[in-house]
Amino acid sequence: MTRAILSALASHWRRNPLQLFTLLAGLALGTALWSGVQAINAEARASYDAAAATLGEGSYAQITARDGGAIAQATYVALRRAGWLVSPVVQGRLGPVRLVGIEPLTAPGGIGAVPVDGSADLGAFLSGTGQIFARADTLEALPTTGAQGVIAPDVAPNTAITDIGLAQRLLNRAGQIDRLIVAPVQPLTRRPLDQVAPDLVETAPQGGSDVARLTDSFHLNLTAFGLLSFAVGLFIVHGAIGLAFEQRRPMLRTLRALGAPLRRLIALMAVELAALAFVAGLIGVALGYVVAAALLPDVAATLRGLYGADVSGQLALRPVWWLSGLGIAMGGTAVAAGGALWSLARMPLLASAQPRAWVMARQGPGLVVASVGLLALSGGLALWGQGLPAGFGMLGALLIGGALALPPVLALVLRWGQAGARGPVAQWFWADTRQQVPGLSLALMALLLAMAANVGVSTMVSSFRLTFVGFLDQRLASELYVSATDAGQAAAVIAAAESRGAAVLPILSLDREVAGFPAEIYGARDHATYRDAWRFLREVPQAWDKLARGEGVLINEQLYRRADLDLGALVSVAPGLALPVLGIYGDYGNPVGQVIVTESLFRAQFPEGTALRFGLRVDPAQVGAMREALQDQAGVPPTAMIDQAAIKALSLSVFERTFTVTTALNILTLAVAGFAILMSLLTLAAMRLPHLAPVWALGLTRRRLAGLDLLRAVVLAALTAALALPLGLALAWALLAVVNVEAFGWRLPMYLFWLDYLRLGGLALLAAALAALWPAWRLSRTPPARLLGVFRHER
Amino acid sequence: MNVKLLAVLVCLPMQALAQGFAGLGSEAGAFAVPKPDTVLQFPADHGAHPDYRIEWWYLTANLTGPDGTPYGLQWTLFRSALAPTDGQGWDTPQLWMGHAAVTTPDAHFVTERLARGGIGQAGVQAAPFSAWIDDWVMEGPDFNRLRLAASGPDFGYDVALTATGPLVLHGQQGYSVKSASGQASNYYSQPFFDLSGTLTLPDGPVPVTGTAWLDREWSSQPLAADQTGWDWFSLSFDSGDKLMGFVLRGQPDYTAATWIAADGRTTAYADGAFAATPLVRQDVAGRKVPVEWQVRLPDRGVDVTVTALNRAAWMATSVPYWEGPVTIAGSHGGVGYLEMTGYDG
Repeated sequence: MTRAILSALASHWRRNPLQLFTLLAGLALGTALWSGVQAINAEARASYDAAAATLGEGSYAQITARDGGAIAQATYVALRRAGWLVSPVVQGRLGPVRLVGIEPLTAPGGIGAVPVDGSADLGAFLSGTGQIFARADTLEALPTTGAQGVIAPDVAPNTAITDIGLAQRLLNRAGQIDRLIVAPVQPLTRRPLDQVAPDLVETAPQGGSDVARLTDSFHLNLTAFGLLSFAVGLFIVHGAIGLAFEQRRPMLRTLRALGAPLRRLIALMAVELAALAFVAGLIGVALGYVVAAALLPDVAATLRGLYGADVSGQLALRPVWWLSGLGIAMGGTAVAAGGALWSLARMPLLASAQPRAWVMARQGPGLVVASVGLLALSGGLALWGQGLPAGFGMLGALLIGGALALPPVLALVLRWGQAGARGPVAQWFWADTRQQVPGLSLALMALLLAMAANVGVSTMVSSFRLTFVGFLDQRLASELYVSATDAGQAAAVIAAAESRGAAVLPILSLDREVAGFPAEIYGARDHATYRDAWRFLREVPQAWDKLARGEGVLINEQLYRRADLDLGALVSVAPGLALPVLGIYGDYGNPVGQVIVTESLFRAQFPEGTALRFGLRVDPAQVGAMREALQDQAGVPPTAMIDQAAIKALSLSVFERTFTVTTALNILTLAVAGFAILMSLLTLAAMRLPHLAPVWALGLTRRRLAGLDLLRAVVLAALTAALALPLGLALAWALLAVVNVEAFGWRLPMYLFWLDYLRLGGLALLAAALAALWPAWRLSRTPPARLLGVFRHER
Repeated sequence: MNVKLLAVLVCLPMQALAQGFAGLGSEAGAFAVPKPDTVLQFPADHGAHPDYRIEWWYLTANLTGPDGTPYGLQWTLFRSALAPTDGQGWDTPQLWMGHAAVTTPDAHFVTERLARGGIGQAGVQAAPFSAWIDDWVMEGPDFNRLRLAASGPDFGYDVALTATGPLVLHGQQGYSVKSASGQASNYYSQPFFDLSGTLTLPDGPVPVTGTAWLDREWSSQPLAADQTGWDWFSLSFDSGDKLMGFVLRGQPDYTAATWIAADGRTTAYADGAFAATPLVRQDVAGRKVPVEWQVRLPDRGVDVTVTALNRAAWMATSVPYWEGPVTIAGSHGGVGYLEMTGYDG
């Protein structure tokens, strides 16, 4: 019996290979999209983890110089001799590679990612020509050092680790240390830091490294995209499986009439689907790998440029994502098949084999209620929800509610179309379109979600770009930024710059706790640069004048949100000094709070904070000459000077890459949705023959019918696109104003990009038209005998 | 004798150490080798000998608190050279390791420090004497008056040492043979320190007094290939006499001892005169470690039972070993210290 049922089930696929292909391809493409995005995310995250492990970033407290400069090696020894268990780190660029020098005997985590096992020879690491640990590609990129290169795959990408002694020599920084890692366990007694080394400041370990926090923003975007892709994939899978069941209804009825037990039938179909899902999942994961491998270099370049985070451009096969990809395929199939199996279980033995019944039964008031309920839930979460889970819950409810609303809304619009139609052909066109919507609805929902996702993500990325570039304009208003190593060099910088007619803007800053949160306090000189370049999110009138008079402070958005400091609220800047907030500015990507006071107030309150960094306003054409002058007269190395134009150019090139990634994902999702439409149309084509034959018999040519079919697909796609736009904008708003704020504490302003949306709409129509092309062509070539046959047969 | 941790020092680094004491028969290579006719020079020899592979300044003390509670204290600075050269900066091949411990009848506190030579983080200077690693110090105007301090996450101590007797040279005028095939070290001690000071324990400071024993030893190839570990005893009898004896476990075992009279006169005993037999073994840190011994030196009428004050005195350091205070009963009474290495389970 089992064998007979299985053979009957299999024979269906043998007779309808196209359906089998639909099912497998739908599942595989959904899985591919999901696992591709996940793979990129997983790879980037693994790279940060390696970086954090390598450098002890995040997990240990750090000691750095108050002025951000180097720490003398003698100070390190003095701290050790005062009882501080600290370990020195020096780092710098050696060619294209970041070289990190560590001291393995005192480093809290040993040598971090460098495997010190029986085979590793610490002697070779510490003495002689030394050893450099790095990934193979990094070792190749290193200039010749004379040291022995050791391949260590767990070291962060583009990073090389060596002993501090060798690093100091290679970086030409003898006796200098950049930071000290503080061991988590310290001895009972040690002298206070400010007695031993008053110039140093200890910072508590952060939950994650700065780099990780910053790049989290980018990853959140990718994760959201991954979720959306998954939703698209799920609808496609649902559609494919629903149709597969639909088409087999007569066969199932026959099998049951022949005596096949219902329970065994259901069980065998479940097994069959699981096997298909497994195969499709494997294909999907493989495809996802291809997608990820193609996109990863761009993502890596994006992150490196944006945040200085090194991400390997090479993809490793991580079990996490290929297992999750398979899980998605199997789980998605289970969800999609659950409903179908349930309706099969309730199917009366002698039910009509009328295939439309099932699809039509899916319509009705239930869908509307569900959709309205979900959209209301989403709105409620937006208004009253707290925390990141609520944000994601809101996103989910919004998307699914929006998708479920599609069939009723389409039905409504098509009814209007029909009411306004003149002439029999037009009326038939609208009626037939309405008739087709149920069969196409799942594919159209996939298209809707793909469109919405694209609108949402494009809006987010483009808004991010505009905001960030504007932010750079504001923050990098000076043409040249210079860091001095000590007060002497600082004086030389000022002298050299002013002698060449540049305006010097000292950057005074120190770390303080403000309103219970870690924050940076900046002293700003009253200069037109700030007034011209800075834009506030919110401000009181004449904010800059009041700031210059010492009547208030400016704070960044992070502090405003975290400490709930609105305009006019008093900020305790120093003991006994509380000033009102005059303005709140966007400070994208900064994990800590920031307070700006006027320069004179800063110098009076914090005499210990000396300016070692300067912004120089010079004629842009003179930047090169100024750099040379500073190098010659003040001894400032080129690495201590940052050219504003160079930073902007870098940022823009980074965004170009971001767009490459986004565009590629856009086209991919639309292609997948288009594919779903194609498959639905192909499946429906055979069923529609009885509807078309009478129209053909009444005189419409096959060619005309095919043209109308094509038009119908485009009309449906256009209606879907029109619905997708508001849904996508709502999605973008949710990402920028809700999820981003919950995740990072700052809100990205939302900009609209109508040309982009138009282009996306065009792409969606194109996808739908392409999808409809082949079915229409097949229709135009249908032999008249087949059409005539409709009138011969009983249905 | 503290042939201890030769291995540690020979290949100080981390896990390599965990390979244990069995690998101690390393070749001396380019390093200097102890010679029988060497005459030790003081105070110069209190300082470091960078041309030898390994060296230590090793102090153990038996102490008593105000309520009569016995305590043990350890302060050790090891030097291990990757090459027989010295110098300034990170390039120097000299590495340093400190171990500090306090043992009470029911607790054992241990901590460890590692440091590179050449940058001032650790080192030894002969006169005025100073040995240090991080904030740990053993220092004073000369070798007879020293301040000793160390601290760990849960304990610390700061004590003063005053020598009441002369330096003691082991073996042949400080040339101490370690195997039948001739491996040897330079080895002398100052076993006559009086100690007073304060232990800082989790329950608060404890004023203590007692006696301390400082060992100085350096070598380049201390063990024969077949020797797997050692058991070392420093015993101070109530009579004022002292006994240093060790067993190097191998095929066969190799023993040596020094009898130190109360006035500092010494008698060196060659292989076989001294014997130590485990009586009770205890499961410590997953290893079977002897915690009660029968120790005999028939020539002096010594036949005593040596019992650990705290059986769990396990040094969970880069190279783990057992080190703790002991009590002596039998033909002689007294206190002392016991070190056992090579019990790798």
